[in-house]
Amino acid sequence: MSIQMPLPDQAVIARKDEIVAALRAIVPGEGVISEPAELLPYESDGLTAYRQPPMVVVLPETVEQVARVLRWCHAQQVKVVPRGSGTSLSGGALPLADAVLLGMGKFKRVIEIDYHDRVAVVQPGVTNLAISQAVEAEGFYYAPDPSSQIACSIGGNVAENSGGVHCLKYGLTTNNVLGVELVLMDGEVVRLGGRQLDPAGLDLLGVIVGSEGLLGVVTEVTVRILPKPETARALLVGFPSAERAGQCVADVIAQGIIPAGMEMMDRRAIHAAEAFVNVGYPLDVEALLIVEVDGPAAECDYLIEEIAAIAKTNGATTLRVSNDETERLAFWAGRKAAFPAVGRISPDYYCMDGTIPRRRLPEVLRRMEELSQQYGLGVANVFHAGDGNLHPLILYDANQPGELDRAEAFGNDILRLCVEVGGVLTGEHGVGIEKRDLMPEMFTATDLAHQQRVKCAFDPELLLNPGKVFPTLHRCAELGRMHVHHGQLPFPDLPRF
Amino acid sequence: MTELTPQSIDDLRDAVAGALATGTRLELRGGGTKALIGAPRDATILDMRGLAGVIDYDPAELVLTVGAGTPLAEIEALVAGEGQMLAFEPWDHGRLHGAAPAATIGGVVAAGVAGPRRVTAGSARDHLLGFKAVSGRGEIFVAGAKVVKNVTGYDLPKLAAGSWGRLFAMAELTLKVLPRPRVEATLAIAGLEPGQATTAMAAALGSNAEVSATAHLPAGTMQGAPLTLFRVTGFAPSVEARCAQLPKILAAHGAVQRLAEHEGAALWDAVRHVAPLDAPTLWRIHLPPSRAASFVAPLAAQGARWMMDWGGGLVWLGWNGPADTVRAAAEAAGGQAMLVRAPAAIWATTPAQHPRQPGVMAIEHRVRLAFDPAGLFETGRFLDLTNAD
Ligand SMILES: Cc1cc2nc3c(=O)[nH]c(=O)nc-3n(C[C@H](O)[C@H](O)[C@H](O)COP(=O)(O)OP(=O)(O)OC[C@H]3O[C@@H](n4cnc5c(N)ncnc54)[C@H](O)[C@@H]3O)c2cc1C
Repeated sequence: MSIQMPLPDQAVIARKDEIVAALRAIVPGEGVISEPAELLPYESDGLTAYRQPPMVVVLPETVEQVARVLRWCHAQQVKVVPRGSGTSLSGGALPLADAVLLGMGKFKRVIEIDYHDRVAVVQPGVTNLAISQAVEAEGFYYAPDPSSQIACSIGGNVAENSGGVHCLKYGLTTNNVLGVELVLMDGEVVRLGGRQLDPAGLDLLGVIVGSEGLLGVVTEVTVRILPKPETARALLVGFPSAERAGQCVADVIAQGIIPAGMEMMDRRAIHAAEAFVNVGYPLDVEALLIVEVDGPAAECDYLIEEIAAIAKTNGATTLRVSNDETERLAFWAGRKAAFPAVGRISPDYYCMDGTIPRRRLPEVLRRMEELSQQYGLGVANVFHAGDGNLHPLILYDANQPGELDRAEAFGNDILRLCVEVGGVLTGEHGVGIEKRDLMPEMFTATDLAHQQRVKCAFDPELLLNPGKVFPTLHRCAELGRMHVHHGQLPFPDLPRF
Repeated sequence: MTELTPQSIDDLRDAVAGALATGTRLELRGGGTKALIGAPRDATILDMRGLAGVIDYDPAELVLTVGAGTPLAEIEALVAGEGQMLAFEPWDHGRLHGAAPAATIGGVVAAGVAGPRRVTAGSARDHLLGFKAVSGRGEIFVAGAKVVKNVTGYDLPKLAAGSWGRLFAMAELTLKVLPRPRVEATLAIAGLEPGQATTAMAAALGSNAEVSATAHLPAGTMQGAPLTLFRVTGFAPSVEARCAQLPKILAAHGAVQRLAEHEGAALWDAVRHVAPLDAPTLWRIHLPPSRAASFVAPLAAQGARWMMDWGGGLVWLGWNGPADTVRAAAEAAGGQAMLVRAPAAIWATTPAQHPRQPGVMAIEHRVRLAFDPAGLFETGRFLDLTNAD
């Protein structure tokens, strides 16, 4: 529990009754929750080690209500934390004691589907999976597929720029979103993008995606939908070492093949998964690869042979190819259940999310093992191997004094290692509070100031989701200062617009 | 007009800091192939071509880091040598203005240039992973990263792509590269009316036969009949299977013929470079594909020449009629019109980019000030400075 949140403003907390009343005037009935017991379900997101009941929860149903809530909070200088389904693994939706939690769960409508333009217009509370389900009958789907897809909302996906096992070939959320409607902290409603590609002007949509709820509240999303591939087939390949598995991945890509998914698991993850789902994963290997190809049957058949040959060259000791859907899904079952499976071998686990250049994998795994010894905590690895996105799961027991702190310290060292070898702190889960204090490992103060000024362009009073992403809360006025020549800005004649 | 020619990022920082101290406005320029776009202006040229060269290229990691001033042609040759490509199919605007190819990668990304594959593979924005730049504050900073998957911090590379040199001067870019398809085939249907063509293109893009690009050239564009093109790329067995499948998928739309390889390649080259349209005034309209046919009809009736790419999501319009007419029509169709070629008199009064909603323009303005508080990179080229504050 090493991460500190900004100290709550007691003066705001003292105004709770007034704030609740004002919100009730905007959102009637059960849309405002203020009873302490009823606030508990909202006290954390997927990063459950951190808990903080919000001052009050508001669940608006219309854009107009969202705008009025934000306008009122802005006028009263009350902080707001947006929330979708609360599955964030980085604490992005963690409430604050002196803030309103703005839940988007009632925005559940699929507004329009256009198969000619291949877009779906949906409200932000629609789950990721529900979009695919809505277009399934016509043979379409929404490509980014986080493992949490039955629960997580598209608004949360936009905020986190979420990925999934298929994003190697189909991209992250940002590559699949065409437009949003956004309410700014001062209540102004704007539309960014639309149904056309590459809209005019600065790509503000591009910076909204992945902004972790700090720039505005998303009230509508237009996504691209894709025709479902004709077939999908998978290979399950075991290797005697992570090096060989890693080389196989590199060779597949060097052959010009971008599989739909390419996942790796280490020994501990394989054993945990097999014990949990019993699908026949080989237990005598150090690394397991699941490689999926999709597309026309002719392509899949061809690629399966190519990949199998590459795997053999790299010394694969097990090699199975799916011949039907049941088999393909069985290959995936263990990987998809890897988190709960690890949850069975350890009272608690902590999921990390760094990305590294793939060629550094053997070294990173070796040093992770050393750290594991040093901290006295086990680690199981699942890995989006195609794009170098690691998910080490640190095993610990929160009931043992000090173990959570040790797990966090271990996790931080893993992320530092990722940055050291040329990678990044987070590949898809977001910075949130979890990696906030590690941002200086990757960015200088100058780099961060350039990012924070974008925040200032949207929310100059820093009222929206404060305490997330940025390690230091600089006031915008302070960030805006510039050293000027002879106390004068250049171009005194230039209209300051 | 004076020119600054930095040879390193430190030179670049000094040049920007110097301009800041003296109150000199800077126009960032690569190969100058898009210099004719925008209103006339009087600014010091900051020539980025000194910041050239490959900094890091690891084909297996799908990542390429280059100096912003590196010629596009050089990069394309380099990645082709490794069997890879820039999947957004950037192209050199020199040809649009009758000039020799000279585009740099920095210019291509800053202008958000993308070719026919954009409809399926994304644009420059989707392939810029990270950059190092000097902002209008005269400070060197980095954003994004050198790996293909990253969500650490704001996605400033998205802002960089399409920023037209108005936020910061990129010195170094990290791009995602992808395997180049081994085989490329082109199928065509002749004789479709615009509405039939957009429907056929939607049918192809909405099928699982995976076309990588589809375009439509109306009657008289090349020779004779209208031609609707479908490009199928990938591994040989897959391309063959899809070339057999597409005629069935498109049966209701017309007879599908497979073009000879060189013929197909030449047509895609023409589409990518907008070769068939030679009107002095050229517009690029981005709109929902389903609206493309009704958008072109009234303008064609007034003599406009046009062609469609991106399944109809991109309409190129060669027409010397009033800008307001084009912009109103684009807007009515849910799209936007960018001016890319025009006589000087038109540039003096017509903003290159389609105006956005006032609220959006105001945010853009604040974002520009965030990177360039003194307006160093505001040369007056875009005629879109509002009284937002
Ligand atoms: C078991 C499990 C598996 C997971 N697997 C994956 C995976 O494979 N890939 C992956 O990328 N992630 C994964 N995640 C993480 C998580 O599901 C994603 O980050 C998801 O996008 C969060 O969506 P949400 O609706 O739950 O958002 P929340 O957790 O409610 O919020 C996340 C962030 O978004 C903001 N936000 C939410 N809605 C809005 C809105 N409408 N407007 C503005 N801001 C908003 C919040 O303020 C917060 O900062 C997993 C999580 C779990 C628990």
